[in-house]
Amino acid sequence: MQLEQIVEQAESAIAAADSPTALDEVRVEYMGKKGQLTELLKGLGKLDPSERREAGQKINEAKQQVQTSINARKELLKAAELAQKLEAERIDVTLPGRHSAVGGVHPVTQTIRRIEQFFGDLGFSVKEGPEVEDGFHNFDALNIPANHPARADHDTFYFTPSTMLRTQTSGVQIRTMENEKPPLRIISPGRVYRNDYDQTHTPMFHQVEGLMVDTDVSFTQLKGILEDFLNHFFEESLTVRFRPSYFPFTEPSAEVDVMGKDGKWLEVLGCGMVHPNVLKAVGIDSEKYTGFAFGMGVERLTMLRYGVNDLRAFFENDLRFLKQFN
Amino acid sequence: MKFSEQWLREWVNPDISSHELSEQLSMAGLEVDAVEPVADEFHTVVVGEVIECGPHPDADKLQITKVDVGDGEPVDIVCGASNCRLGIKVAVAKVGAVLPGDFKIKKAKLRGQPSNGMLCSFKELGLIDEHDGIIELPADAPVGEDYRKYLQLDDNSIDIDLTPNRGDCLSIRGIAREVGVLNRLDVKVPESNKVAAGIEDTLSISLSAAEQCPRYLGRVIKGVDLTRPTPVWMTEKLRRSGIRSIDPVVDVTNYVLLELGHPMHAFDLDSLEGNIDVRLAKRKEQLTLLDEQLVELDEDTLVISDEKKALAMAGVYGGKNSGVTESSKNIFLESAFFAPDAILGKARRYGLHTDASHRYERGVDPQLQHTAMERATELLLAICGGKAGPVTEAVAEAFLPKRDGITLRASRLAKVLGVSIANDNVTEILERLGFDVSFDGEQWQVGIPSYRFDLSIEEDLIEEVARVYGYNSIQAAPPAAQLRMTERKESQLSTHQLVDAMVSRGYQEAITYSFVDPKHQALMFDETAALTLPHPISVDMSSMRVSLWPGLVGAVAHNQKRQQSVLAFVETGLRFIPDESAENGVRQEAVISGIRSGKAHSEHWSEGDRGVDFYDVKGDVEALLAQTGNIAAFRFVASQNPALHPGQSAAIYCGSEKVGDIGALHPKFDKALGLNQRTFVFELSLSAVTQRPLPLAKPVSRYPSIRRDLALVVDKHVAAGELIAAMENVGVKQLVDLNLFDVYVGEGVPEGKQSLALSVTLQDSDKTLEEADVTELMTKFIETLKSEFNATLRD
Repeated sequence: MQLEQIVEQAESAIAAADSPTALDEVRVEYMGKKGQLTELLKGLGKLDPSERREAGQKINEAKQQVQTSINARKELLKAAELAQKLEAERIDVTLPGRHSAVGGVHPVTQTIRRIEQFFGDLGFSVKEGPEVEDGFHNFDALNIPANHPARADHDTFYFTPSTMLRTQTSGVQIRTMENEKPPLRIISPGRVYRNDYDQTHTPMFHQVEGLMVDTDVSFTQLKGILEDFLNHFFEESLTVRFRPSYFPFTEPSAEVDVMGKDGKWLEVLGCGMVHPNVLKAVGIDSEKYTGFAFGMGVERLTMLRYGVNDLRAFFENDLRFLKQFN
Repeated sequence: MKFSEQWLREWVNPDISSHELSEQLSMAGLEVDAVEPVADEFHTVVVGEVIECGPHPDADKLQITKVDVGDGEPVDIVCGASNCRLGIKVAVAKVGAVLPGDFKIKKAKLRGQPSNGMLCSFKELGLIDEHDGIIELPADAPVGEDYRKYLQLDDNSIDIDLTPNRGDCLSIRGIAREVGVLNRLDVKVPESNKVAAGIEDTLSISLSAAEQCPRYLGRVIKGVDLTRPTPVWMTEKLRRSGIRSIDPVVDVTNYVLLELGHPMHAFDLDSLEGNIDVRLAKRKEQLTLLDEQLVELDEDTLVISDEKKALAMAGVYGGKNSGVTESSKNIFLESAFFAPDAILGKARRYGLHTDASHRYERGVDPQLQHTAMERATELLLAICGGKAGPVTEAVAEAFLPKRDGITLRASRLAKVLGVSIANDNVTEILERLGFDVSFDGEQWQVGIPSYRFDLSIEEDLIEEVARVYGYNSIQAAPPAAQLRMTERKESQLSTHQLVDAMVSRGYQEAITYSFVDPKHQALMFDETAALTLPHPISVDMSSMRVSLWPGLVGAVAHNQKRQQSVLAFVETGLRFIPDESAENGVRQEAVISGIRSGKAHSEHWSEGDRGVDFYDVKGDVEALLAQTGNIAAFRFVASQNPALHPGQSAAIYCGSEKVGDIGALHPKFDKALGLNQRTFVFELSLSAVTQRPLPLAKPVSRYPSIRRDLALVVDKHVAAGELIAAMENVGVKQLVDLNLFDVYVGEGVPEGKQSLALSVTLQDSDKTLEEADVTELMTKFIETLKSEFNATLRD
């Protein structure tokens, strides 16, 4: 058979091969030990030496051509096979993913964490304390003697005349000042308790109180730090006013209002310069040191920040409410 | 304190609007709560006189009247009020009038009779008053005059929420003083005349408790007629200040209380037996108060008494038997100074709170008793007639409050406020406040008036200067302090980190009340007596939690009632364990607790749908313990806990110390607790999981590790945890990992036995382990398991 014919046949057989196995059979048919092209090569010896060289060259070229075609066909078949396999593995990418559920922190905690961060950046450390308090830490050391009208304002939950649920976290400030000496920069977040329950009062709520005592702490700075805080907490430049007020443990004292979107003032925190009697009660020289203190209602801030209307929702722990903050 | 703006403006009248006035008061520390018009909008209502009045021919309850409204021709009006009668002066809404609620008055016929107007009640005009029927005006009310104008109804009630330090502002006089200071205006004190004695009668007064009552003035007034009406100008002022008119004596004492801030009291002279003594109550002494309540007095309670009995609780409440009634003819009027310390807390103790006790507790001006006495006498005689005796005064000067002068240093003022206010400005502010001031260039010597009980130290004056100067005029500046780093202990985990670890596993943080339902708590913790609130909001919020579980169970029950099926809550906080040896008798332990109930996860097309079980929650707890970087220190030991399922509960130990509990809530409580799904809980002492030892690095082995699997058959009751612990305790230092990967019971395993499959990973730090080494090490494990657990290898 003529070389050209063999090549032609081989080429068509390659093209017809529809699987790697079929293709391999074609390879054996032409290129194997007993393949047609191999046989031709073997037959070279019979040729005249003068023709041998040229004929050999042609056969080798033919072999190369067939091999190239086989390789190309092989690649094609492999690609098709992979494509088929992948097609078989096709999935619906729009089906819901396998989720490990993620919960969330309570909005009140979220607010406390933000407050801790703002003041933490300024070097305030977080202090905590007991919730069942004694009269000394909850009242006496805060310059609220027995029978003081301010005590009546507190709606205290008493256990005995001398023990109670704390009505403010200021007791933590006293405990800190008893143990540490100025300069002091602390905040104390936590639960506080008042015997009152309606849409705007729950018998338990959270406060963050802050205290800074140093040699040159002034009312100007109290204004500075609180305005700064409110602007950062609400992430907008608010109209803020400091209104004279009265707390037995601060003098001068102020309440801080922010202007709401409806043009009405909303009270958000109380503050003042630490009363010298409070410093004296914990053995700090009130001539040398001055201090400011502030206290804010966490629920109040959270309600304003996220548009919560009913305070009581914070303690119902209804998932549908809580999940909104995740 | 609520008051009429017009009344205030009689004393001091700054040229500012009501709104500006209230802003000004708030910014001076007298917080205005509300400003409300004293009357709603209405017009074309005039003073009229009923000149004819007769029954309606066709209606029992109606009367037909002719009313003179000053227009010449009387008007026909049909009226249904029972107090409508001939001759009275009334408020007439004429045709064309518009009353509150856009109620228009038109010509009408009522049961056939013409009615061209309406006789108005307080309610119909939007006036707060408890009187029924139509308004009756005094006989001298000018017919035809506009009713608004006649009563000066274009006025506001201003309600200020006074802080306890400003007792001096509990009166028109006190507020006027403040307004005068703020507007640089003089205050016009209404003229008041000393009333000359018309009779000689007196009672003698003794002060047995002079410290508690350093000054007591008394006066006899005879021949009063208490049936006479209080004039409308007075009742209107009272009404606008939130006080109801009762009778002329009560009205006058209330009027003086509001005007001057001085409580007064009147006794029925004819009920008194002998002279007056101000003394402390005797042991078990009883007194029937004006509200009929019989109280047994404590011995520290100050009383006004005659020679036989206690008459009144001084400064708090009058007694019924000596009280003035409509038929009283002779009275004894009291004007006294009681020391705040003698009154503080007394009213509260007896469950009382009166306008008098409110003021005496905060401090009444000790120099005001004569003024108040003369003012009250003058007003009373003008209304009720009668004759006054001379004023008798008992006084113990030594016990009257002394106001020490206060030194205010300019340097201190600047230090505390952080701004410098011009000295002249400070002097002016102090003087305007009515203080006696002298300045030497460095400090002010300030004399304090008798009515200011709140000023005793330098800081008090600094506040006075600051608030009059204006808090808003003081600039804001950031605090300056030395830059000191705060402690950040690497070995200390924050509560936030632990909560976040649970949140990332699907837990929602809850905040539950620290007081729980004692019934629920007693189910789970019957052995622990909880701390109980004597005066809770309600019984179901009366028991201090001894664990966070009752609150969390409540949160789960709340959500299960609302069709929530995947529930996982975490909470941190204190539990309260009564303990005599702890501070304040209670250990307040910080814990982290969790609860899961219902499904393990929300239903998923590929993950299926199963209920949460013990190992889900244990996995969560292990993740929490892993935060400490030292999970190997913790052990779970099967335990009995009354709150938990007897076969699914464990105590968690760190070393030998018990640090927590975990388990299935005992199903027998489900119904009582309102749970409808299996529920699992845990609680860990926070102090046990907030310490994270600093890692101490060791070199990583360069030699390969080798894994061998062991299939053991052991008794079914062998706890896998103990078996693993035993293997760890063998002391093979090449053991780098030990993992229990299969538990099998069934075919091929004898009855009463279980098969446990463990993978053991071995690695040496110094060499490659040869087969012989591995076999030797594995033999050690197997020997231990055989001897301690009677384990056999499974073929």
